[in-house]
Amino acid sequence: MTASLIHCRNLTRIYKMGENEVHALRGVSVDIRRGEYVAIMGPSGSGKSTFMNMIGALDRPTSGTLEIDGERLEAMKPDELAAFRGKRVGFVFQQFNLLPRTAAIDNAALPLVYSGISASERKQRAEARLRQVGLGERMDHHPSQLSGGQQQRVAIARALVNDPAILLADEPTGALDSQTSEEILQIFDQLNRDGMTIILVTHEPDVAAHAKRQIVFRDGEIVEDRT
Amino acid sequence: MNLFAAIRVALTALRVNALRSALAMLGVVIGVSAVIVMVSVTEGASNAIEEQIASFGANLLIIRPGSSAFGGRRGGAGTATFMNDEDVEALRDEIDGIAAVSGEMSGTSTFVADGVNWSTRIQGVHAEYFETRDWFPSSGRSFYPEEVNSGARVILIGQTLARELYGASDPVGQIVRVGTTPMEIIGVMSAKGQSSWGQDQDDVALAPINTVRDRILGYDLGVRDPVFTIYAEIDASADPGLVTADIEELMRIRRNVQPGAEDDFSVNNLGEFIRARNETESQLGVLLAAAAGISLLVGGIGIMNIMLVSTTERTREIGLRLAVGAKRADIRNQFLIESVVLCFTGGLVGLLIGIGGAAYIESLDQFPIEIQPSVALIAIGASAFVGIFFGFYPAHRASRLDPIEALRFE
Repeated sequence: MTASLIHCRNLTRIYKMGENEVHALRGVSVDIRRGEYVAIMGPSGSGKSTFMNMIGALDRPTSGTLEIDGERLEAMKPDELAAFRGKRVGFVFQQFNLLPRTAAIDNAALPLVYSGISASERKQRAEARLRQVGLGERMDHHPSQLSGGQQQRVAIARALVNDPAILLADEPTGALDSQTSEEILQIFDQLNRDGMTIILVTHEPDVAAHAKRQIVFRDGEIVEDRT
Repeated sequence: MNLFAAIRVALTALRVNALRSALAMLGVVIGVSAVIVMVSVTEGASNAIEEQIASFGANLLIIRPGSSAFGGRRGGAGTATFMNDEDVEALRDEIDGIAAVSGEMSGTSTFVADGVNWSTRIQGVHAEYFETRDWFPSSGRSFYPEEVNSGARVILIGQTLARELYGASDPVGQIVRVGTTPMEIIGVMSAKGQSSWGQDQDDVALAPINTVRDRILGYDLGVRDPVFTIYAEIDASADPGLVTADIEELMRIRRNVQPGAEDDFSVNNLGEFIRARNETESQLGVLLAAAAGISLLVGGIGIMNIMLVSTTERTREIGLRLAVGAKRADIRNQFLIESVVLCFTGGLVGLLIGIGGAAYIESLDQFPIEIQPSVALIAIGASAFVGIFFGFYPAHRASRLDPIEALRFE
């Protein structure tokens, strides 16, 4: 056992594209402790997205070991991975990925639907998280009635609603203007101060600067890991 | 995720695309309403047939002198000899599979009671007649075999005759004069209504055949104890074809029909005749039901098509749901329930339209209609089945999506 929240050794991921093999990850070993604020950087094709999918339990490594929050992920079946995601990981995407024509509160409560929480508790918890991100007044608004920044706040509330161990954000400010980006990043900063482990994938140095540790990928390997 | 939550998710998704949902279920609506209308018409028709047969007496054989009443008319009246009581006895004693047998002869007479008179048909019959026609008195009693043999002056009257002679008062026990013969009314027959040929079957009186022959009609037909017609009821367990053949053989011997010569009598099974006449109608019903079934199939394919479009369009939504913890079964059930809800709603709407359509056809007074609850249940069940059958493939396909690729889908 290790004290790390995320503990991976020699992670590889090989995609088969017809005859060719693409080595997206070539033996990545890294530890991330609870409460860290990490930015994952690197050009496209560097393997940073593959790595993020791996620690988000969306994908499994071709080889290597991956342990998150005390659980080994490399041998899990798809439904076990789904259950793991639903309880331990909160995702924030660049494109928000909210359900259209669905109220903010229902969007925020969506992960709870799949972990068998009762309707009244779902409502309660989603409400609390929307208040936390400053959307207490807009719970019944549909995504189309919200600005980009507000939509991303709903997405953050959704990511937090299951009390996850890790908050994974993939270019969370990529679709926002700079002022709104700053507001979103302040939410992340505050969450981290409150103890949330945050892993943020970005290619913008300004955004990465909010994190306390930067891991840079190139050609499927970690080339830089600075704090 | 529990079923109730899943149904709510499905309803929301269908409401969001209300027009498309409505168009998708149209095929099922048309299919189900067509099934309901067709089955109601066919069922109504076959019920009408059964009623006709029942009013005549189930499994009733009618034996008459002369050639077949329903084939080409041969010989002509009077050329064939009348049958008599001995023929009735012979049928009763020598043929297996006959439950009851009775001779009949009839004529018209005038009935007088308390100064009121009414002229109608009087039938002379044997005691088993009531059983052969499955027709019994609603009050009073029928006559005993001894009364038939002794030519007792007892009579049963039909509902129409009872009303014409006695109005509302009870005729049982009264004396009615038939021609010149006073007779005691021992019962009133149950109402039979109109025959399928429009004849009032309740405007009649029944008396022991000997009484009618000797005291009322007094025909001299050149035959001892003549009967016009013999009614024989086939035992429910017996084969009607076999019994008919046995009767024909016996009658040929009794009437001295030479081998190879044409029969001078006929044995008809009226129930079978009516059934045959209406068989084409039932076959048409089957054909229409098949057409309705095909339209349900086409409706199902429409559902599958729309579900495939819907799952493709919502690939990112599926990716998101998988990312936040939905299991494959959750995704599959979500779309399966959507498709079942679509079909089920379509089935329900189709049922209402079908019942409306059937009621409209009935109001045209062309066809009798019979809407059976079981048919409604089958139609609804069939549409839910269509939903599961044609919804499974799109739902299964959606549940196998890779979450990463689904999230990236543009």
